[in-house]
Amino acid sequence: MLKQLSWLILLLEVVELSYILPVSKPSEGASGFTGIWRSFKPVIDVGKCRKCLLCWLYCPEAAIKRVGDDYMSVEVDYRYCKGCGICANECPFKAIIMVKEG
Amino acid sequence: MGGFKGGGLNMSISIRSLTLNEYLLPGNASCPGCPASIGLRMLGKALEGRYVLVIPACCSTIIEGPYPKSSYGVPVLNIAFAASPSAAAGIKAGFEVLGKGDIHVVVWAGDGGTADIGMASLSGAAERNDDIIYICYDNEAYMNTGIQRSSATPYAAWTTTTITGKSEHKKNLPMIMAAHKIPYVATASVAYPLDFVVKVRKAASIRGMKYIHLHSPCPTGWRFPSDKTVEVGRLAVQTGLWPLYEIDHGVFKLSDICKPLLDKRNRKPIEEYIKIQGRFSRISKEQLAELERYVESLWNEIALMIEKSKMSEGGC
Ligand SMILES: Cc1ncc(C[n+]2csc(CCOP(=O)(O)OP(=O)(O)O)c2C)c(N)n1
Ligand code: SF4
Ligand code: SF4
Ligand code: SF4
Ligand SMILES: [Mg+2]
Repeated sequence: MLKQLSWLILLLEVVELSYILPVSKPSEGASGFTGIWRSFKPVIDVGKCRKCLLCWLYCPEAAIKRVGDDYMSVEVDYRYCKGCGICANECPFKAIIMVKEG
Repeated sequence: MGGFKGGGLNMSISIRSLTLNEYLLPGNASCPGCPASIGLRMLGKALEGRYVLVIPACCSTIIEGPYPKSSYGVPVLNIAFAASPSAAAGIKAGFEVLGKGDIHVVVWAGDGGTADIGMASLSGAAERNDDIIYICYDNEAYMNTGIQRSSATPYAAWTTTTITGKSEHKKNLPMIMAAHKIPYVATASVAYPLDFVVKVRKAASIRGMKYIHLHSPCPTGWRFPSDKTVEVGRLAVQTGLWPLYEIDHGVFKLSDICKPLLDKRNRKPIEEYIKIQGRFSRISKEQLAELERYVESLWNEIALMIEKSKMSEGGC
């Protein structure tokens, strides 16, 4: 009996409880690759960037990535960036321009 | 206002000090330029994952995404409108019993869910001083159902149910919460994320009921381009329409960003805020004058509260 029960628990773990119970799991792209919504894309001019991180702070999508050894450089994750333009509007050094897609 | 354009910089914390971890995951359903998303991201960075969310119906339930995926990096309880504060109090009590009292329970609700539909149970939780953090992200209408007016919609603003502009003023929720004598009330804006983070952390350090009202300019409902969310939020503060303050155990404290605004001459003209939003495109001269009177009386009240707090601190 006990053995059967432990098998059942193992089975549940394998099939993943979350798909039996209506419990969602944290996932990137819960609504897909939202980058395809974009009509303008932000392009960062690395030469002008002063690494103030304001674009990272304000991006609603967490689509600005902090990269480099000290995580002080910024990069756009185009898979998810929706092209809202907030980063370009807020950059104090005009290092981001919005370019038409397509 | 000094410093950078993103005024939230001259704060006691730096952008660099925020965790790189994200608790609102990319690829979610929010509109481009969504203020709720900025707020949810900053909430995650403030509490660094040590929290659970209670969310009634609102845009943020949609942002959460369809089963079996969730855009939130923490557990979420979705619950009927009027039940969120009570449900949160119950979860907190459960955590206490399990010895996990250090996990914060945060209600994240819209202005409709807070100022209208959830008002009674919010008032109940405040009266009982339940140990929760309640954050109202205020996009000034029922956005999720198609931009209907709420009691937090400002005077003269267009919504689909106030097509000639709302004839009543915005309900002053933070002050209503302060009247409950809860330990902590604060106003914040998505345009000043570091100020918001500091306030959330302060709230988390206090036991009992905490209320934070987060002004959240919504490009979809307010009819402005999606790149202007932060700019509109900043103008709301700089024109004096949305003052940032804390009421910490009854003591009123104007936030540093807003201190210069006590002098009327330092406030930007309301037109600057109004003119970039489609929802105010048909505002009349009289309505504008009425909004100006509203700001005036708001700041007169603030000046009085500062005086009162000085007196009580001085022990008079
Ligand atoms: C009891 C009840 N009444 C009405 C609704 C429909 N409803 C769902 S979301 C919503 C609007 C909520 O507005 P708000 O709280 O301001 O959040 P927002 O959508 O603006 O983010 C309404 C009316 C509901 N879900 N439950
Ligand atoms: S806001 Fe501009 S200057 Fe600052 S990090 Fe981003 S791109 Fe660089
Ligand atoms: S355009 Fe918007 S979504 Fe894309 S990186 Fe800039 S702020 Fe983020
Ligand atoms: S309607 Fe406004 S608050 Fe709702 S998801 Fe869209 S931008 Fe965000
Ligand atoms: Mg709303």
